[in-house]
Amino acid sequence: MADFSSVRLHVVSGKGGTGKTTVAAALALALASGGRKVLLMEVEDRQGIAQLFDCPPLPYTEKKVAVALGGGDVYALAVDVEQALLDYLHMFYKLSPTGIPARTLRKIGAIDFATTIAPGLRDVLLTGKVKEVTVRQQGGRPYYDAVVLDAPPTGRVARFLNISHEIGGLAKVGPLKNQSDSVMAVFKGAQTAVHLVTLLEEMPVQETIDAVADLTEHGLPVGGVIVNAVRTPALVPADLRAAERGELDLSALSQGLAQAGLDPACAPSLAAEAAEHAARVALEERGRDALTELHRPTYELPLLPDAVDLGGLYELAQMLRDQGLA
Amino acid sequence: MRGAPLDLDQVIDTAQIIVCCGSGGVGKTTTAAALAVRAAERGRKTVVLTIDPARRLAQAMGLSELDNTPRPVKGIDGDLDAMMLDMKRTFDEIVLTHAEPVKAAQILQNPFYQALSSSFAGTQEYMAMEKLGQLKATGEWDLIVVDTPPSRSALDFLDAPERLTTFLDGRLVKVLLAPAKASGKAYLKVVSVGFNVFTSAITRIIGASVLQDLSQFVAALETMFGGFRERAQATYDLLKDRGTAFVVVATPERDALREAAYFVERLAEEGMPLAGLVVNRVHRSAAAGLTAQRSLAAAEGLDPQSLTAGVLRLHADRLLLSDRERRMAERFTSAHPGVPVVEVAAQPGDVHDLDGLRAVGAELAGG
Repeated sequence: MADFSSVRLHVVSGKGGTGKTTVAAALALALASGGRKVLLMEVEDRQGIAQLFDCPPLPYTEKKVAVALGGGDVYALAVDVEQALLDYLHMFYKLSPTGIPARTLRKIGAIDFATTIAPGLRDVLLTGKVKEVTVRQQGGRPYYDAVVLDAPPTGRVARFLNISHEIGGLAKVGPLKNQSDSVMAVFKGAQTAVHLVTLLEEMPVQETIDAVADLTEHGLPVGGVIVNAVRTPALVPADLRAAERGELDLSALSQGLAQAGLDPACAPSLAAEAAEHAARVALEERGRDALTELHRPTYELPLLPDAVDLGGLYELAQMLRDQGLA
Repeated sequence: MRGAPLDLDQVIDTAQIIVCCGSGGVGKTTTAAALAVRAAERGRKTVVLTIDPARRLAQAMGLSELDNTPRPVKGIDGDLDAMMLDMKRTFDEIVLTHAEPVKAAQILQNPFYQALSSSFAGTQEYMAMEKLGQLKATGEWDLIVVDTPPSRSALDFLDAPERLTTFLDGRLVKVLLAPAKASGKAYLKVVSVGFNVFTSAITRIIGASVLQDLSQFVAALETMFGGFRERAQATYDLLKDRGTAFVVVATPERDALREAAYFVERLAEEGMPLAGLVVNRVHRSAAAGLTAQRSLAAAEGLDPQSLTAGVLRLHADRLLLSDRERRMAERFTSAHPGVPVVEVAAQPGDVHDLDGLRAVGAELAGG
């Protein structure tokens, strides 16, 4: 049984550069395996999903991008905020996107205003779309078994998810209030989990800790912590400790190199590389300790030797399954 | 790497503004801080404006709180001030400076203003550029180094002034304020159709009382629009000025370099002065003569637990990583051969003291 089997909306955030898009894609593949239908969404106009799955830029439609292990489909959607607004007007107010009213709204700059100038409104539209796909039904059952959102980075994710609450605060009653209440009910409910991707480095770990506090404060459900790009120590613990202190046995190393038929003069340079590695491993240990304090389910993904390609994504997906995230 | 070398000492000795930009997590803040420390110690009166520094880096520069005031950094052999941006406070200050006291109080009380100024994404970009303009206007510093916000798109801040100008000149504002002012019958007709649809849609979406708050907000802000526009334009001009230098920061990874390439192209389109690219956190080896293959082959013949085998495996991994980084960086330089480049070696840990910043500064200046 996976750790988050009752969750339908998986929000994936992380500091920039931690690989949250990659992890979100791997999670979508993992959740889809065994014949399920999963939607992977992005909301930041980066077309990161298309790049990962090596396909042309995604249109604003839900498009199948991958088949999971053991069957199961991953659909992808890059939400375009202008289209989301037109959708919204169409859905709730029967305004045709090509009709005169919509054209006029565009002409007077109202569309621009809504999508770029009023950044809060932008997030309202994006989160509204996330909620719509999460609760969408077909034939009395959920249209998607799970939705994975490649969300804004940790610094902004709580604000992003909470935007409807903020807007709800502006409107005491009325349609906006109802809409924002229903969005918040989904985001704060048991069907949602916000997972945080981190590296074992000082800043990303700190941001993860801050994000957990921030999300908790806003009543948003914190899911798991996914530690990405973890290195395996290449030295035995005693050597690691010696290397960290700069006390590696250089003569033994020179001798070992000579015996292996290599130039013993390389020893000091190699020892310096070992010292850097040891410092890095020590830093990772401290990061890991700090994350343990959060008492959240934690998953680790290794540093892949090459840039992540489609094959790498399947590997990562399998590891997430093995560790119980999906 | 084939790009021309980037001479950052020449940049910090002559520029009046340096803007560090790049995608999130590439080390923009550290780069900005290191350049500022180096500039100050080379005799320039410098201020560094940071957005969201790591705690220990902030402490190293004596920044303990977000108070929006540049404070002297202790322990520098020169003249360096540092500040962290407080976006809400910067916004409030603009309102207080540009609106009459009664109007200002109305604006500060308006729920839209409160939401806009403190919690919405995007405001940071406007405010960072606003603060830059303010610091520049004081004429107090020879050099201002700015770190850019970790935006959804690293380019947002570049668009901010123009977007604001376009919006303020746009018809929406006129429509919201005074549809009757529009001249010409045909236009009036289109506008009033649009306006009716717009207000009725907005009323249905957000409710009448909210709409009232919104138009009050826009009306209250109207008196400040001229000021807003002028400042946005002035900041945009400042960024285009020859005294400004953009330093794009990336790590030698696919995504970061893709963002950097996009940024370089955008800056060229806008006619913004690009100094060059910093490739941060590059892995090098002092024993590159010992190849990865030979290291691995030799390690296989040894006890895998032995020190020599471990060190050889590490060395091989490092060379493979270094090769991959070089290929990534070369892809960038072959697409952008005219962009000067400098590399900074990966540090095993995060930089969080002045000596660490000095070391990074020395590398930025070419070692």
